[in-house]
Amino acid sequence: MSETPIAAPDPPPGLSELFLAFASMSLAGFGGVLPWARRAVVEQRKWLTAEQFNEAFSFSQLLPGPNIVNFSVIFGSRLRGPAGAAVALAGLLGPPLVIVTIFAMLYTRYGDIPWLQGVLSGLAAAAAGLIIATTAKMAKPLFEKALATRSLDAAPLVALAVFFAIGILRWPLPYVLAVAAPVSIALAWFRR
Amino acid sequence: MKGDGDILLTLAGHFALLSLFAIGGANAAVPEMHRVAVELRHWMTDRQFADLFAIAQVSPGPNVIIVTLIGYQAAGLAGALVATLAMCGPTCVFAFYMGRTWERFREARWRNAIQSGLVPISIGLIAASALILALAADRNWVAGAVTFATAAFGYWTRLNPLWMFTAAGLIGLAGYI
Repeated sequence: MSETPIAAPDPPPGLSELFLAFASMSLAGFGGVLPWARRAVVEQRKWLTAEQFNEAFSFSQLLPGPNIVNFSVIFGSRLRGPAGAAVALAGLLGPPLVIVTIFAMLYTRYGDIPWLQGVLSGLAAAAAGLIIATTAKMAKPLFEKALATRSLDAAPLVALAVFFAIGILRWPLPYVLAVAAPVSIALAWFRR
Repeated sequence: MKGDGDILLTLAGHFALLSLFAIGGANAAVPEMHRVAVELRHWMTDRQFADLFAIAQVSPGPNVIIVTLIGYQAAGLAGALVATLAMCGPTCVFAFYMGRTWERFREARWRNAIQSGLVPISIGLIAASALILALAADRNWVAGAVTFATAAFGYWTRLNPLWMFTAAGLIGLAGYI
């Protein structure tokens, strides 16, 4: 088991160091923690090489649930066992949880004030735009590949079908995934 | 109060389930959160949902923090905690155990099939998130223009989103949206 892609650095960082690392990347991570996680773990502390980070993160994306949360658990447990997983998770979620709860209280109390409602409406419109940009960036390689090969690749069709079922028809996610996931994985399996 | 326990249980149930179905991260789970919180349970209006999503986006921390806001809106402090724990708990346990065994299958064909099979699904889900959020946020043509401009800047430039949020917030503050 010494050949694991996430080799623990020697000596492994202490629990408080682990907590601080995840707390600081979480608080810096505005609109997504991933770039900060890479910077903190790979560039600053050199706990992982870039390749190890990519491997660990792609695995985190594969698991269900929030990716960066999975990453903190996998990474923390690899370094310091169950305590490491708990500490990394607490560092990642604890501080933002406190901050966002305060925001929630303020919103409940002052959310109806016209000028604040105006600001929030502006932010909401921008947030929607950023998700559209993310979608376009993610979808680009998928559709480019299909256009370049001029073949009717199934992957873009799967993406469109999921979009239609969830975004337009508003079907419940579990039902859609129960059909789409096996189909899409089978298509990927037989692709070559 | 009668009913509070029921709301907490409902929150826990929905988010624990969602935790295991959230392929592609928290943003891909937004349509299901919207369906449950707005359409099914009526915990908030469409507009409040868009507001909460925006607050989550401009707050530090991972995107999943939107569930804390939804939980608070539904059932106060206890709701915030329950929703967050339910969304992260099951998947954390899963990650903890899978993290120890999975790597030996790194080169396995079925692992690669799962990995590439889930990509188009994530994209479809995030596209649905984009549509639902845009429909909730864009109540007039100025808001629509802000969404369009942010999408264009986000796609074609490497401008820090903070600047786009600042500009959009100011446009909103000026009363145009």
